[in-house]
Amino acid sequence: MTFSALIRVNLRRHWVRTGIGVAGIAFGCAAMLTILSIVLGAIGMFERILDTDSQVLVFERDVSDLFFSSVPGAAAVEIRTLPGVAAANPVLFGIVSAPDHPIITTFGVEHDNPRLTGATWIAGSAAAFGPADGAVLGERAAAFLKVTLGDSIPLGHSSFRVAGIVRTANGFEDGGVFLPLAAAQEFFHREGLSSIIAVKLTDTAGATTFKAEVARRFPKLIALENREFAQGYSQFRILKLTGWAVGICAFLLGGLGVANTMLMSVFTRIREIAVLRVCGFSKPQVARIIVTEALAMAVAGCALGLALGFGVLLAIQQVPQLHGYVQAVVSPLVLAGIVGTALLTALAGALYPALYATRIEPAEALRYE
Amino acid sequence: MNDRSALSSRGGTAPRSALSVPAVEVTGVWKAFDSGRISVLEGADVTVAPGEMVALWGPSGSGKSTLLHLVGGLDRADRGEIRVLGQPLASEADRVRLRRRHLGFVFQLHNLIPDLTVAENCAVPALAAGRPAAETRARIDELTEAVGIAHRRGHRVQDLSGGERQRVAICRALMNKPDVILADEPTGSLDEETANKVFELIRDLVRREGAALLVATHERRFAEACDRILRVAKGRVLPL
Repeated sequence: MTFSALIRVNLRRHWVRTGIGVAGIAFGCAAMLTILSIVLGAIGMFERILDTDSQVLVFERDVSDLFFSSVPGAAAVEIRTLPGVAAANPVLFGIVSAPDHPIITTFGVEHDNPRLTGATWIAGSAAAFGPADGAVLGERAAAFLKVTLGDSIPLGHSSFRVAGIVRTANGFEDGGVFLPLAAAQEFFHREGLSSIIAVKLTDTAGATTFKAEVARRFPKLIALENREFAQGYSQFRILKLTGWAVGICAFLLGGLGVANTMLMSVFTRIREIAVLRVCGFSKPQVARIIVTEALAMAVAGCALGLALGFGVLLAIQQVPQLHGYVQAVVSPLVLAGIVGTALLTALAGALYPALYATRIEPAEALRYE
Repeated sequence: MNDRSALSSRGGTAPRSALSVPAVEVTGVWKAFDSGRISVLEGADVTVAPGEMVALWGPSGSGKSTLLHLVGGLDRADRGEIRVLGQPLASEADRVRLRRRHLGFVFQLHNLIPDLTVAENCAVPALAAGRPAAETRARIDELTEAVGIAHRRGHRVQDLSGGERQRVAICRALMNKPDVILADEPTGSLDEETANKVFELIRDLVRREGAALLVATHERRFAEACDRILRVAKGRVLPL
């Protein structure tokens, strides 16, 4: 007989209780995988919106959210004249509501913005984009708003004519509405302003010089390369932290399940543990049995939870309404984090039961036969 | 021979009865429970020679089990000294090492682990001691043959009769070839016929293995089958 056989028997003996412990870990794993994958996928999509045909972003210094950034229109004009700049495209981000759809992302862009010129036009054409009342919809937005070319759509207190429908690879853009920049500025009462300027350089080696030049000319603005922005943007960090925090909370519940399972297991095996001690098991050997049982539950829970999580992600991505909007990104780091958290949770949950088991006095446990 | 050399000689080819130190030496041991309100042992003295079979005879509640627990390092005496194979039971590590290598226990109730098979239950002490699997298997075969339950090796213990379970418990106690067997009313839960057979088995196997036996019993006939009887009463242990 081996230690593993002893552990297997213990786990199998009260399989319902073991199953509950495994389920706790599994749900924690599944929740963490689903939440983090969706959050990281969303961040990835937002990053791709920003770096469409650009390498540097210019926005207002010290703002916590790009939606609150105000970049004067004159800055875009001046930036276009700087050496090494191939293009400078202002974008004004906003949120509007339509009947039954309280949140729709809007992008105020100029008619030659590469987001539109590079998109696949399903209806209409880039040439038709420009008049103040014309809006171009992403394919998914057109689907959920149930409109076609030429229809009128109510957005906020205004109404826009559908001037085109485009297909993009990005879920946010595909579910959003493109408005002419001037119309968007008027709609959001931000005349003459944009949220960012997406800058394309003729040579990326000139990025440092360009950033220094922006800092010199526009003290209230900051220029960051896309990579720098992605790493430092507080909203991304908050989202990631929230994802991990929610996942860890799910795991805490799982850990309580493991602790409860193991404690019950120890309570019902007091005499058995005393017999093990009588047979020569040391306190660390007894603790090892309890901890290994918990880790075995964690491994099983992890496998089950990851399978469940992947299944949920797959199912979400199959939902037509969410197509392209939820783009799960499962990174090795996230997987390692989930497995590590599961094992740590199980270990933490097993500590007190293991300690309790080592404190069982064999004579006391065996005194009353 | 010092304490350590007495211990290190076990497992060799020399008969264990040749050891110069007593197998068990209990000197002036006191033990009370319930914060001293219930005094069980009051200066108990017991010496068991290597290979000797000694019965602790007395009524229920006289302190026989308590004495066995103290000798087995399962509990600690309030006063006095206990040595097993010349070694005091000072630290937890000492007690674990003794239980693992030099002591075997048989209880009134078999105290087997449910859901494990006969062979697996027998193997528990070997697992604690980290004995090689092949050696363990051979020893299980030897012991289960000796007690007549070889055909039940693969059966779960809950499928066995009371007598069979106690035979498994005997095999488990002898698994690591201990120097001392501590048996606490080993026939107490069995019918008369089975009790006789089980006691004979214990006596014969212990004799064959060359181990010392300290057995607690309230049945005179089993006590008389041992080399010596010690009467346990009023906290004292006296020769009969």
